[in-house]
Amino acid sequence: MSNQPNHFAPLARLLHWLMALMIIAMLFIGAGMVASVSERHEWLIHLHKPLGIAILLLVIVRLAVRFSTRQPPLPADLPGWQALAAKASHVLLYALMLILPLLGWAMISAAGDPVMLSSSLQLPSIVPANAQVFAFLRKAHGYLAYLLFLTVLLHLAAALFHGWVRRDDVLDSMLRGNKDRG
Amino acid sequence: MVDRSSPPTRPPLSAASLTLRLAGIAVVVAAVAGAFAYVNGTFDPQRLTPKKLINVLETNNGVHPGFRRNHSKGVCVIGHFESSGEARSYSSAQVFNEARTPVVGRFALPAGNPYAPDSAVPIRSLALRFTQANGQQWRTGMNSMPVFPVGTPEAFYQLQQAQSPDPATGKPNPAAVPAFFGAHPEAGPFLAWIKTAKPSASYVTETYNSVNAFYLVNAAGQKQAVRWSMVPLVQDAAGATAPEGGDFLEKDLLQRIALGPLRWQLNITLANPGDPVNDASKAWPDGRKVVNAGTLVLESTQPQLNGECRDINYDPLVLPAGIEGSDDPLLAARSAGYASSYLRRTSEVSQLPAAKQEAQQ
Repeated sequence: MSNQPNHFAPLARLLHWLMALMIIAMLFIGAGMVASVSERHEWLIHLHKPLGIAILLLVIVRLAVRFSTRQPPLPADLPGWQALAAKASHVLLYALMLILPLLGWAMISAAGDPVMLSSSLQLPSIVPANAQVFAFLRKAHGYLAYLLFLTVLLHLAAALFHGWVRRDDVLDSMLRGNKDRG
Repeated sequence: MVDRSSPPTRPPLSAASLTLRLAGIAVVVAAVAGAFAYVNGTFDPQRLTPKKLINVLETNNGVHPGFRRNHSKGVCVIGHFESSGEARSYSSAQVFNEARTPVVGRFALPAGNPYAPDSAVPIRSLALRFTQANGQQWRTGMNSMPVFPVGTPEAFYQLQQAQSPDPATGKPNPAAVPAFFGAHPEAGPFLAWIKTAKPSASYVTETYNSVNAFYLVNAAGQKQAVRWSMVPLVQDAAGATAPEGGDFLEKDLLQRIALGPLRWQLNITLANPGDPVNDASKAWPDGRKVVNAGTLVLESTQPQLNGECRDINYDPLVLPAGIEGSDDPLLAARSAGYASSYLRRTSEVSQLPAAKQEAQQ
């Protein structure tokens, strides 16, 4: 066994793919609900809130897993700017995964609305009711969600570039465990 | 990720293979981005969005920064609700079980101009926020008309468009609204009501109706379709009509409330099986069972420019456990439209006349 793992830890991979599904669903739910006046608006909002809190809880677990497990290294021949972009985009992804649910929670609080995850499950408010604070948080939530979507697209394109064009181990390290490859 | 793994040795791709693979990546990314654009309505300019609903109100009424885009002129009221306990068997909501629930409300004129004279429309509205002891809220926006002119958000939007200024003349086309109603027979009950409706002289003597239907859900999970009304316990002498001048409603309210609390009875009408639950343009026939759920007591007023009601979005789908929205399509549209109006006006709080005065002092 070498000092460097070739693949992400199984729990890290599970969290990655689970959250990938949840975050993409969340981005589509958000985009759909703000562009609809139909009943869809209502049931999408009822999905959006609990799913957002679930992502917040999972990202905390994920950061703990990230810092307590070892990540496979980037390929040695990766150009410096790509290595930098990889690191920066991952920091951005983690930051947005953490910040967006908190912004959503805070903006509902600032509107003075009860933070309801279901018809009876209520979270406490995390900021006092204030109209101007609400307007700021609500806009930040929207703009940063678009930034997350763009970052996810970039992440997807880069993963496929590693897998299809560079044909290095980067995509594989998230797709499979060590034992699958000889 | 500081250490790098050893470089792999793979044969270079042919130009054709490289192009194909890059194109494959572009297709995947474009497909995801395209699906996103599809969902957010980019490819569907005809889709009615919350933005369009609020834009047409701004087109018709002008933009009054910081004010609600509809029901713009109003006044905050503070009070409480005293439950009679009679709705308890139909709904598990705390508001029907606790003796007393605090209320922040708002009387308003259903028009989009905060400076409209009170005689501009013969309708008055009352919005209420009940804050239960468990932190859940019930918000309701009620109107003095018994039915809504139309049953769908699309028809409501078309009705607003019919009142928009014609770009050629700068004035609404006088034939547009009659043409709209000609094509919308569902507006019959509303038109019959409005023919006899006169602008009332007081907020206090009006009955306010939920117009939309909801469900009460009891502890056993049984659902009952309902509409509700706040019925005034004060009745004016017959024939009281609106005085001259543009701002009599708020003055009247202040005078009356100075003499003592004002009361309404919350009547909850239970639908019979088969009554339309998803169409606010249709009245329910007489003879439905009515439950007296309790009494609304309003004790004081606050100006809307700095009162507690200013920053409340009276979204009719903010409901406590025990009350649920029906599948009336107007409810979701109100919720979505109000959210859009709320974001616009909360972004403009510093432009409100009161804020400007404070800033100058």
